[in-house]
Amino acid sequence: MISQSVEKEYQGMLDAYEKAGGDKSALKSKEVARLVIHKNKVLGSDGVKGLKIETRETKSGVDVHLLVEEGAKIPRPVHLCFGILPKEGLQEIIMKVNAKDNSQVSVIAHCIFPNAVKVIHKMDADIEIGNNAKFDYKETHYHGEVGGIEVIPKAKVRVGKGGVWQSTFALSQGLVGRLDYDFEVFCEERAVAELVVKVYGKGSDDIKVWEKIYLNGTGARGLAKSRIVLSDKAKAEVRGETYGNAPYARGHVDCIELVNGTEAVARAIPIVSVTDGRAKVTHEAAIGSIDKKQVETLMARGLDESEAVDVIVRGILR
Amino acid sequence: MLAVQNLRLKLNGKSIIDDLSLEVKDGEIHGVLGENGTGKTTIAYLIMGVNNYKPTGGKIIFGGQDIAELSVSQRAKMGISLAWQEPARIEGLTVGDYLRLSGNNQGIEQTKRYLRMVGLEPTQYLDRDIDATLSGGERKRIELASVLAMRPKLAILDEPDSGIDIVALPLIFNGIAEMNKQGSSVLLITHSEKMAEIAHRVSILCGGKIIRTGTPLETSEWFKDNCRTCLHINEPTEEI
Repeated sequence: MISQSVEKEYQGMLDAYEKAGGDKSALKSKEVARLVIHKNKVLGSDGVKGLKIETRETKSGVDVHLLVEEGAKIPRPVHLCFGILPKEGLQEIIMKVNAKDNSQVSVIAHCIFPNAVKVIHKMDADIEIGNNAKFDYKETHYHGEVGGIEVIPKAKVRVGKGGVWQSTFALSQGLVGRLDYDFEVFCEERAVAELVVKVYGKGSDDIKVWEKIYLNGTGARGLAKSRIVLSDKAKAEVRGETYGNAPYARGHVDCIELVNGTEAVARAIPIVSVTDGRAKVTHEAAIGSIDKKQVETLMARGLDESEAVDVIVRGILR
Repeated sequence: MLAVQNLRLKLNGKSIIDDLSLEVKDGEIHGVLGENGTGKTTIAYLIMGVNNYKPTGGKIIFGGQDIAELSVSQRAKMGISLAWQEPARIEGLTVGDYLRLSGNNQGIEQTKRYLRMVGLEPTQYLDRDIDATLSGGERKRIELASVLAMRPKLAILDEPDSGIDIVALPLIFNGIAEMNKQGSSVLLITHSEKMAEIAHRVSILCGGKIIRTGTPLETSEWFKDNCRTCLHINEPTEEI
């Protein structure tokens, strides 16, 4: 029997999830694998055929093991919902993912901290993508307007031969607080890695993004892409690193940071390295104000300046 | 509709637009024909109010009001719009969304119609971003479609044919004709006599000044005979 307090917490998470743009019905469907964690409590967890979710509650969070069986093609996205509803709290998620050979899955994670004043959310993930497996991971954050939150997502991903890892981290609702994002991906032969980060920093947000891709197998491909928009006194430093260590490896670092106003500070540090003469790694990084011609193009269609800037920012972060 | 009276623009002491007067009547397509560097784009920018261009003299009367001090948005809300010679590319903004915001959220069928008017198949374009993945010609046609969607009282079209391949050119002509049929007056800025032929009247621009206004036929002839070999360079090369 579910206790009243757990049910209340679960309902609170579902409501916050919906407000953050999540599909509440997906979390109720029996055909959808799901995991709902509030602080260090697992409020709901269901696998589906071919996908198992195991959890263990710890003092400060939850250990999660997600297993996608060999050859399993999970038809509907897995929904993860992590969050802390009170103003204060700590949540440490230790995540172990095994996507076995030839499996295919898409995971949508919503991280919800609508009332955060003094909250820490950490994720430490160890991810194995098997040969010819495909794993798509989208993580969207919903923060409140106080900004009293530290978000520290770290992941080490190994992608087997012909495997594909695609991840998108988006934080554009509410204040970021302090973000320290650190993902590194190791690609074997013909493996593909795409890391995308999209963040809108406001107030005094402090953003650090570190994306690393090691192209260690012949013909491996990687893209480290970041889109950061900064207003007010927000600051950001983006490091995008790609290493071409094998024949015919192809990598690209693509960083755009837009600064709106005079007090925000943006830095970009692209690092590209090649240790095999047949590999090729490129980069482009652009930091600047919002393009005036773009703004005037939209103003010439009747939008006010602030509306035009909003459309451009939303586009960059889409 | 639009009366530009004794307009002047000086930049760094240099006269760019010199005592220019021009009238666009209700329902008219009015061509401004000029060689490169004579100030055509500058006129478009001054009327739309973009690129920080502010007249140093004269008036821009639209709907009975001098609009020279109004913002770009205010002018657009009064019913003026501009299709840029080199339209901006905006990452993450789809063609569909661009046309919807231009057309104040007209329905999807209307949006598709505007794309077809400029020869673009909606299923191939609605979900594409207006970014660098579009060719220059595609982007120009989308710009024209967005002005069609906006249905402005006055559409300023800056070199709508430049960068358009010869096969697609009739579609641009068609789009401008449709725009006019929808009720928009058009200020058609071009360096091409062929393009100017679709106008009701044409003014020839030289040295930042209108030197002749007449029918397309007579102005085209005069332009060919007198302007093709002339070397007036009068446009600012740097942003102010």
